[in-house]
Amino acid sequence: MPSKGPLGDDDLRPVPFRGGGFHHVPLAYLSPLVFVGLIAIWELGSRTGWISSIALPAPSAAFAAFLDLIETGMLWQHLRASLLRLVVGWTLGTALGIGVGLAIALFSVLRAGLAPVVAALFPVPKIALLPLFIVWFGIGEGSKVATILFGAFFPTVIATYSGVDNVDRGLIRMGQSFGLSWASIVRKIIVPGAMPAILAGFRISVSISIVLLVAAEMIGARFGIGAYILTAGALFAVEQLIAGVAMLSVIGLAISWLIGRAEKRFLDWRG
Amino acid sequence: MELIVQGVSHRYGPTEVLDDISFTVGDGEIVAIIGPSGCGKSTLLRLVGGLERPGEGAVLMRGAPPDRSLNPLTYVFQDFALLPWRTVEGNVSLVLEDHALPAAERRAVIDDVLERTRLAEFKKALPRQLSGGMKQRVAIARALAVRPAVMLMDEPLSALDSQTRELLLDDLLELWLRERFSACYVTHNLAEAVRLGHRIVVLSRRPGRIRELVRIDIPLGERGPTTPELAQLQQELWQLLRDEALAADRELADAV
Repeated sequence: MPSKGPLGDDDLRPVPFRGGGFHHVPLAYLSPLVFVGLIAIWELGSRTGWISSIALPAPSAAFAAFLDLIETGMLWQHLRASLLRLVVGWTLGTALGIGVGLAIALFSVLRAGLAPVVAALFPVPKIALLPLFIVWFGIGEGSKVATILFGAFFPTVIATYSGVDNVDRGLIRMGQSFGLSWASIVRKIIVPGAMPAILAGFRISVSISIVLLVAAEMIGARFGIGAYILTAGALFAVEQLIAGVAMLSVIGLAISWLIGRAEKRFLDWRG
Repeated sequence: MELIVQGVSHRYGPTEVLDDISFTVGDGEIVAIIGPSGCGKSTLLRLVGGLERPGEGAVLMRGAPPDRSLNPLTYVFQDFALLPWRTVEGNVSLVLEDHALPAAERRAVIDDVLERTRLAEFKKALPRQLSGGMKQRVAIARALAVRPAVMLMDEPLSALDSQTRELLLDDLLELWLRERFSACYVTHNLAEAVRLGHRIVVLSRRPGRIRELVRIDIPLGERGPTTPELAQLQQELWQLLRDEALAADRELADAV
């Protein structure tokens, strides 16, 4: 029985809803489910012989290889070598990158002089320079750390100076109008204002660093995840290869989580 | 302290922005500057406070700034210019940190200005948690903290909705009655100009020239939103500006 409207009209119908879709619904439980599901299908495929163990070893085989690494104590040796190179190279590269990026952003002479140099060197794959680095810094840790350092340096420089360029001019003018010193304006207005861009640059520089780490370790290293993967590949020990790749993925995830924490800590003012 | 603007002209490249502007801001006086959009009001204010150098003419100060003034010419910006990563307290603290004040005294100044702008309970809030009106009150508190001789206010109420604007206008009036600050108050809102201005400088469209200098003799404390003389004056000012605004509007349309 349709109800009567105020105009005595019985042709009443609700306005159709058209605002649905196009917005993000957080589904936190889904991603672990996808991971577990994929691995389960993979395992099942291997067990039934649907996936050949030569083409792709079962996850359980890869996990056994991983346990083997723990038992022989080699895990720690590989991991320590890789993490040391990564942490030292990335930290130095990032610190230098932020310094040079700030200098380029703040001083016109440096911008005019250095920005084109940075632009010219940024796209060069740093791994191509590894032989040069070996000549300069030796076959040991120096050349590997240098490769990662340079890989992290350039994206950080660019993220930093474009971050500074995007700091609200109004805030800088405010600082000047209150007679703040140059150093205070840089430290209290420009650096925090550029922080979102710098942290976004971290994500890029970290993934570049991991790629370079593995590449450098594959070219010349006794220990390290890259070396482990290379040896495994040379022996066609595919389950070891998968275990090594999975370790890289976990390292990447862990670092990404750390950066997320840093963003929460330093950028909580964004809400 | 008196602020004297003497024959200031300014151009950006080939565009003449301001032409021979002269006026003074006396002690405890609010001078409102009105004019059509694009007439160079904000440029004028930047020149007055030394954020830009005038092409010709000079901006001069006479007499000593008030006792212990840390920043004689202090701006209040239209977009508030608060650091989003600092709390209310931290934003006020920012402008004191470069001065050699003992920490206890700095805290006392911060508490005092937040009390005077009724923000004491929002000390720890971040700007994003505040409404527009409250943000501007933080900016006013920050300006008061450095004991300015002249406040340079660049459309301080223009980013606010009309109800908040009315409330903050009352706040400003009350503040003036208590503190008798001097101010150069740039606005395009004629109602604000006639409520707050002891004198009103009317600028023409670009290049900005002084069209009229109006003095309002009604004391600030006796002015209300419905005072008939002010309504009358506002009407007269609108007549004066109407043609300029219309012409300025067309010019802008042509320029695009």
